[in-house]
Amino acid sequence: MIKRIVILLVLLMLAFIFVNLAASYSEQTSLSALGHYYVEQGPSELGAANLVTAVVVTYRGLDTLGEVTVLFISAAGVGLLLRRTRRKDDHEDLEQGDRAEETAIARKPASEIVETATELLLPMVILFGIYVFLNGHLSPGGGFQGGAIIASGTMFLLLALPESHISRLMIAITESLSGFSYVVIGVLGVILAGGFLDNRIIGLGTYGHLFSAGAIPLIYVFVGLKVGFELSAVLDRFRKEDSGPL
Amino acid sequence: MSFFGDLQISMIVLCSGLGLVLIGLWGILTQRNLIRMIIGFSLLDTGIHMVMVSIGYVTGGTAPIINDDVPMATAVSRVVDPVPSALVLTAIVIGLGVTAVMLSFAVRIFRARRTLMIDECTESKW
Repeated sequence: MIKRIVILLVLLMLAFIFVNLAASYSEQTSLSALGHYYVEQGPSELGAANLVTAVVVTYRGLDTLGEVTVLFISAAGVGLLLRRTRRKDDHEDLEQGDRAEETAIARKPASEIVETATELLLPMVILFGIYVFLNGHLSPGGGFQGGAIIASGTMFLLLALPESHISRLMIAITESLSGFSYVVIGVLGVILAGGFLDNRIIGLGTYGHLFSAGAIPLIYVFVGLKVGFELSAVLDRFRKEDSGPL
Repeated sequence: MSFFGDLQISMIVLCSGLGLVLIGLWGILTQRNLIRMIIGFSLLDTGIHMVMVSIGYVTGGTAPIINDDVPMATAVSRVVDPVPSALVLTAIVIGLGVTAVMLSFAVRIFRARRTLMIDECTESKW
């Protein structure tokens, strides 16, 4: 009872703070100094039409590298936590639980409509994901969004054909290679241009074209591949945990 | 629109965001089921994202993408702040990673205990 009152009190106090915050809030009528600089200089300095991309990939590129690292660690954590241990000294309960889970998993297959739709739509979903991360510097979207779309394609596949096999080795290799290339591009920025993750290591190209904005499309391709495969691996881990580490 | 008078659009987003934060926190604090707590966390997360997006909004602004409709010359006066948008993008991805790890902890606890109620897991309390 005391606990409930404390919780209520905490929420009420927080609500009080929020009401005061909202009451004193007024919409900005012009950009902040930093935003103003990015909007004014971004297109001519980096050649990216999508200014959010310019901020994410170049101005705040180090944050994005950290973000990719966090995602990698969480994917690794999921893999570690959901690994099915096959050791004999395991808890008896756990083994029983596993068996109960396996019988629960043996359910009806997906209907033919879902299966056919998946076969038809899966290539398009993946193609759309690739389109989104290739055009990240020109239109809404980018590596993370494209990667999430690719992972939703994997989700689709796992829902329709739960038995389909996803190669963990392929996922691991693609993921590590794209993460590595991302860092290599960052270091090349130090050597060839103004600093770590500077996108001007190759020419900026024609403004507004697919091959423009220097290394931004390259970085986004690697980010997109990495995120897509990482999220697919996470989804695969949640589906079944019995096929070993790779 | 006339019903709301001169209510600003970002005010609506800000208030919904703060409301979601409160609902999510309530869920985390009161629910005993792990999945529901994780849902509470996701609501809290989404609320924070909405608050951040609303703070970056500039009156009458559009997406900070330069194209034919938003030419480079007038962009400064017509787009919203790109910095909060970029921060929210980062925050969404990290929230996703944290949620995935929380869910896999829930799977582990369920596998060991056959239950998702935290009341049943008492030996590590306090």
